[in-house]
Amino acid sequence: MTTTRARKTGGEPIVVPAADFRSYYGLPVIKETVWGVPEVPGYLFLGGLAGASSALAASADLSGYPVLARTSKTAAVTAIGLSLVALVKDLGRPKRFLNMLRVFKPTSPMSVGTWILSAYSPAAGVAAASALTGLQPAIGRAATIAAAITGPGVAAYTSALLADTAVPAWHDAHRELPYLFVSSAATAAGGLGLALVPPREAAPARNLATMGAGAELIVKGLLLRRLGPVAEPYQSGRAGRMMEVAEILTAAGLTAAALGGRNRLVAAAAGTALVASSAFTRFGIFFAGRESARDPRYTVAPQRERLRQRREGSLPASPPAPSGEPAAPGHPPRDRP
Amino acid sequence: MSTHVGAAFASGPADAAGGLDPAARSGYADHPPRMGFFTDTSVCIGCKACEVACKEWNAVPEDGIELTGMSYDNTRSLGASTWRHVAFVEQITKPGESRWLMSSDVCKHCTESGCLDVCPTGALMRTEFGTVVVQDDVCNGCGYCVSACPFGVIDRRQSDGGAHKCTLCYDRIGDGLTPACAKACPTESIQFGPLDELRERAALRLEDLHEAGVADARLYLNDPQDGVGGGGAFFLLLDEPEAYGLPPDPIVTTRDLPRMWRHVATAAATLAAAALLSGLGRQS
Repeated sequence: MTTTRARKTGGEPIVVPAADFRSYYGLPVIKETVWGVPEVPGYLFLGGLAGASSALAASADLSGYPVLARTSKTAAVTAIGLSLVALVKDLGRPKRFLNMLRVFKPTSPMSVGTWILSAYSPAAGVAAASALTGLQPAIGRAATIAAAITGPGVAAYTSALLADTAVPAWHDAHRELPYLFVSSAATAAGGLGLALVPPREAAPARNLATMGAGAELIVKGLLLRRLGPVAEPYQSGRAGRMMEVAEILTAAGLTAAALGGRNRLVAAAAGTALVASSAFTRFGIFFAGRESARDPRYTVAPQRERLRQRREGSLPASPPAPSGEPAAPGHPPRDRP
Repeated sequence: MSTHVGAAFASGPADAAGGLDPAARSGYADHPPRMGFFTDTSVCIGCKACEVACKEWNAVPEDGIELTGMSYDNTRSLGASTWRHVAFVEQITKPGESRWLMSSDVCKHCTESGCLDVCPTGALMRTEFGTVVVQDDVCNGCGYCVSACPFGVIDRRQSDGGAHKCTLCYDRIGDGLTPACAKACPTESIQFGPLDELRERAALRLEDLHEAGVADARLYLNDPQDGVGGGGAFFLLLDEPEAYGLPPDPIVTTRDLPRMWRHVATAAATLAAAALLSGLGRQS
């Protein structure tokens, strides 16, 4: 049995007519997320900050920036500690959080994420403890490397967590979100190093922050352009304002870090702006998804358009066909008179 | 341990109609036929007996007694404590004339089920009947299933923090009984039975309606080749799905997950490389 997959058009924008759609009394088709604020968007930010900080810390260790390494390790363990508290608190039944460890399911980004966090968090903890106390440097080094390997996974998997849903603004962005998330994580981790460590000791943080912020601005642009009308929630209302503030902070922080990052005060301001921009980006993305679930237009209109394209033959007749067998006695495609 | 593997990750045994056999794919070697609902909305009279019977049999708690003011529908939508929902649509067909569309909505028990795929605890499981149920003693209320369902069916209940939805009366059908909603339906708008039989019956009913001049009649989620691999519960509708609050072309989100994982892996590797690069220039 073969599984033929209909690949969606490469980088083409998803073209959707925005206005014309029908609904049941304007009620949403899908359910709004029950994930709490600030817990879950806060975790998206803190998890990214932690994961990228661990990668930065290892790099700083390797290249001889001990102050930055220690700071980043401390930031990582603090951020991931807060994350774990937020994640457990957000469960409907917090006492059962260990039920996550009953199974490993690659079909569930939350399951995969739980196991990544289970590997990452202790490593980040040991790396920080060793760096702060000076004890067990060999174990500390091994933990630093383990946290640096798993950290980027922590920063990246949360994009799949959002994208693997029926929420239009999240799912339709599944191609860009991973890159946006790691860019935002790099911006935050670099920004934090820039803000807290004297510039002479913070070169890797400055480099990572500028790379992250630059990439973030580019990826955001790509995402909004490809999403077409489903990008609206990212550009209007509360989510839109957050994304706008994030963009201003990213651009300002990037410019300041690149031009004046060797001045202590400028670096501190730039770093703070970059950390804040990452938080605004994550909250903006979270709220945009919530908004796109509330309004049936974002669910119905793109699906209607997909049906129209399929009928006109510009998309394959049925999406991924699970088997080569003929279909059941079905209905002839029928248009409304 | 969950044995379910998403359709995105593996193919598997097919049923008679060429669709996937969800029970066999979940590891039931020898299982009863796949059971389901065929809801023929053309004979629904909007009595809401299904809603009441479901609540009573399953001891589903009350979830708001209020007037919506939009129609005879004061239930609004499916949710953690509403497992059958009768939609009421009043349409002006021409000046001075109107028609009522009534439809009893329910969990679709999808062949490729997003809620089940994303559940991180294995609380959501496939039964031997090919249906999807929540094991309440396992669910930790993470809420992932709520956002993964393309139909807005499953939800988290405030009072106990767990996710809940239609079980297709797993307790009744195991004993050879008809689910409460189908049992209570006075017009046989809700029909219960082996899915193969229901699909045949629905095709005949559609033919009859078309011959009788009801050109708008169409089946919804009867096709194993659709975006959720077909529903274990499917419908005969008299208008476009979205008029009833149903998505016109749902696709289970996990079909794109392999691609998402590839992008996640590339993105994570890029971050690791960027971090490594950022330290170049000074040696200890």
